[in-house]
Amino acid sequence: MLTFINYRYVVKCKVSYSIETCNVTCFASLSLSSVSWLLFSGFRERNTYFHYWLLSSCKSISSIHHIMDLNQKRTRMVDRVDSVDPDLVSPESTPMCPFPDEVLEPVLSLINSHKDRSSVSLVCKDWYNAERWSRRHVFIGNCYSVSPEIVVGRFPKIRSVTLKGKPRFSDFNLVPEDWGADVYPWLSVLAKAYPFLEELRLKRMAVSDESLEFLAMNFPEFKALSLLSCDGFSTDGLKAIATHCRNLAELDIQENGIDDLGGDWLSCFPETLTTLQVLNFASLNSEVNFNDLEKLVTRCKSLRVLKVNRTINLDQLQKLLLRAPQLTELGTGTFTQDLVTRPVADLEATFGSCKNLLTISGLWDTNSLYLPVIYPACASLTFLNLSCAALRSFELAMLLIHCKSLRRLWVLDTVGDMGLEAVGSWCPLLEELRVFPADPFEQENVAGVTESGFVAVSRGCPKLHYVLYFCHQMTNAAVATVVQNCPGFTHFRLCIMNLGQPDYVTNEPMDEAFGAVVRTCPNLQRLAVSGLLTDLTFEYIGKYAKNLEILSVAFAGSSDLGLKYVLGGCPRLRKLEIRDCPFGNAALLSGLTKYESMRSLWMSACNLTMNGCRVLAKEMPRLNVEVMKDEDSEDSQAHKVYIYRTVAGPRRDAPPFVLTL
Amino acid sequence: MSSETSTVTSEPPPTTADTELTLRLPGESQKSEAKSTKRRFSDLTDLKLGGNDESDTECSVVTRSTPAKERVVGWPPVRSHRKNMMKKDCKYVKVAVDGAPYLRKVDLELYSGYQQLLCGFEHLFSCFTIRNVLNERKLMDPVNGMEYVPTYEDKEGDWMLVGDVPWMMFVESCKRIRLMKNSEAVNGSELLEKC
Repeated sequence: MLTFINYRYVVKCKVSYSIETCNVTCFASLSLSSVSWLLFSGFRERNTYFHYWLLSSCKSISSIHHIMDLNQKRTRMVDRVDSVDPDLVSPESTPMCPFPDEVLEPVLSLINSHKDRSSVSLVCKDWYNAERWSRRHVFIGNCYSVSPEIVVGRFPKIRSVTLKGKPRFSDFNLVPEDWGADVYPWLSVLAKAYPFLEELRLKRMAVSDESLEFLAMNFPEFKALSLLSCDGFSTDGLKAIATHCRNLAELDIQENGIDDLGGDWLSCFPETLTTLQVLNFASLNSEVNFNDLEKLVTRCKSLRVLKVNRTINLDQLQKLLLRAPQLTELGTGTFTQDLVTRPVADLEATFGSCKNLLTISGLWDTNSLYLPVIYPACASLTFLNLSCAALRSFELAMLLIHCKSLRRLWVLDTVGDMGLEAVGSWCPLLEELRVFPADPFEQENVAGVTESGFVAVSRGCPKLHYVLYFCHQMTNAAVATVVQNCPGFTHFRLCIMNLGQPDYVTNEPMDEAFGAVVRTCPNLQRLAVSGLLTDLTFEYIGKYAKNLEILSVAFAGSSDLGLKYVLGGCPRLRKLEIRDCPFGNAALLSGLTKYESMRSLWMSACNLTMNGCRVLAKEMPRLNVEVMKDEDSEDSQAHKVYIYRTVAGPRRDAPPFVLTL
Repeated sequence: MSSETSTVTSEPPPTTADTELTLRLPGESQKSEAKSTKRRFSDLTDLKLGGNDESDTECSVVTRSTPAKERVVGWPPVRSHRKNMMKKDCKYVKVAVDGAPYLRKVDLELYSGYQQLLCGFEHLFSCFTIRNVLNERKLMDPVNGMEYVPTYEDKEGDWMLVGDVPWMMFVESCKRIRLMKNSEAVNGSELLEKC
């Protein structure tokens, strides 16, 4: 009953199903732009009745690919394995209906999600090979989980690489300098294997000027460079990129530890460069040559993202906007001026002429006089990033009246609860809200936002699914109300800034708040907890957070049980980062079998000892168990522990203070 | 480089019923107190919000029994970049060079020390190179062989030699900077020696 796939049918089907019955486990369900089919394994013999059922109930299915003898246990790990050992893929796939290569390859080239591609590669050896030849973009979530040699050995035709390095807590100074994640060893291997590499996106990697020079000189087709939270380079490295990358389309420099030696890197773009589409230098401090910038913007007609830095003033911004009305994303410079050289109405008209703007950011130092010039552009805005503009509540309210299409909003807590009420009133389509603290270290006379602002937003924005909220006080009841109003949360990151702060009304721990979150929000993928928390919070998380992938915990929990609950539940957990919690060896070892299905675990200032870590390392040879030694702590204590799965073995570039057990 | 210092405030007595719940790591009572006191102090003096230069960035353990609230490394979890962006007063000061027709402005908050400041001058006035003469940092213009000594006017209106006081104190008190031609500076210091 298996139909042979006809290439013309492939592009017409639209439906995707995933089915589990008592003896069939759906191996992977792939939905492409217009094709879907089912793959399943575990059959010892063809189940004809089941095929009939499928064909009759799933009218659009045009093909069923059937694999025999694939190890059933592995099917559960399909989604989690980032790198594949080819020896583990069953050689005995005998498709009843073979896909000819000329069908398979174009179909696979439509699949972009790396998770889907991972699934595809596990079907059988043919599919593994077809997938590896058709993959153009590789995503490596942990640069130490695999070696560059393995990557280039498996994927011969990559054009775009995304690499992430240091653990996330390095953003908060918890990882010593010189820890690693140097991009240079990757670049030297990539240069030989992928001379036509076009894109490189790095996050939390150590990038030196030499690396940037190497990149600029060795990849003639290089088009897109994105550096987020990287460090170790200076504007000299950017000079090399600007000078030598003839086809540069994207230069996105965000939030890096960069040594800003001056703005002359921008003048290094040659007059012949016209391909720039994305230019983001908002986080650099030095002044650039404005004439050169204006000329660059003028000649790059495809420029759609321009984010300038604070040194660009309003007059200059006006000139740039007149040159580039096609922009979809704009990051302004300083949005105020002492001397009004041009009437505000002019600026307003200029913003009005930018019909394609979807995102505005920057807006440093803006105030009630200048902020209104952006109103004409607000109706179509989907993302407004006000996290550099210390607005007051009424300023935000006046602005939001014009922003009816807003989906994402980032603000400072200077807007207060009243500002958040305005959010609830004027932004019914809001999906994401981030409230950052203007004064994170101020402990007295703090204003900021409270639980009532949070509730006000939830009332007016039922589509809210992503929140990052910094506050000084919260109540269990408020959080419960918020998630009741917005049960679709996928990302819930609440940071009560005072350590160990209970519910300030009832004085109870904040356990029930997070219990409400995990119970009410079935789609929760990411959770960050704070406030006074006992093991009960973790019991709730382990029990209810079935889709949780990322969990951040700080200064919480009462005993090993807390961590045990989480490791015993949360089947989809990928990243777990913990600091300053009373979790010890017993808790660590309770998760023995779980760590290979996770990307990484970070535990610092907990109760781990070297012995406990050694036991883990011994039992799980495919994990790297790294302990960062510190002079102050005792030899037996494992003060900072970073554990991750890897196929590359122990790090060869570990600095002296990192011990791999 | 932020000039914030940590604030030590009194915390009201704990009112929660969970008196046995502390943030001290269990099983590390006295030792951790002693260690954490030591660490806390070094954290207070060494805490550099923007930079990663201290490798002993251990978080200090905050106990609910102590009345003082102290800053803990990496808390609240705000990225250094964001902290730097939110600096409300950039410390912009004018820099005058003897013989140059116009002044420049630099943001002292961008630099973490005197060496970086001199490098900044090197880049700003591309004619200069830094020369180390008898441990005094001087700027030299190789074209005309003139040496320039960095001096600054402090809050009290006095002209001082750059480099004597700790960097943060300098940032705090500097109103403007003048790169003096060496002959004048030498005369100035001779005058001081006579006092």
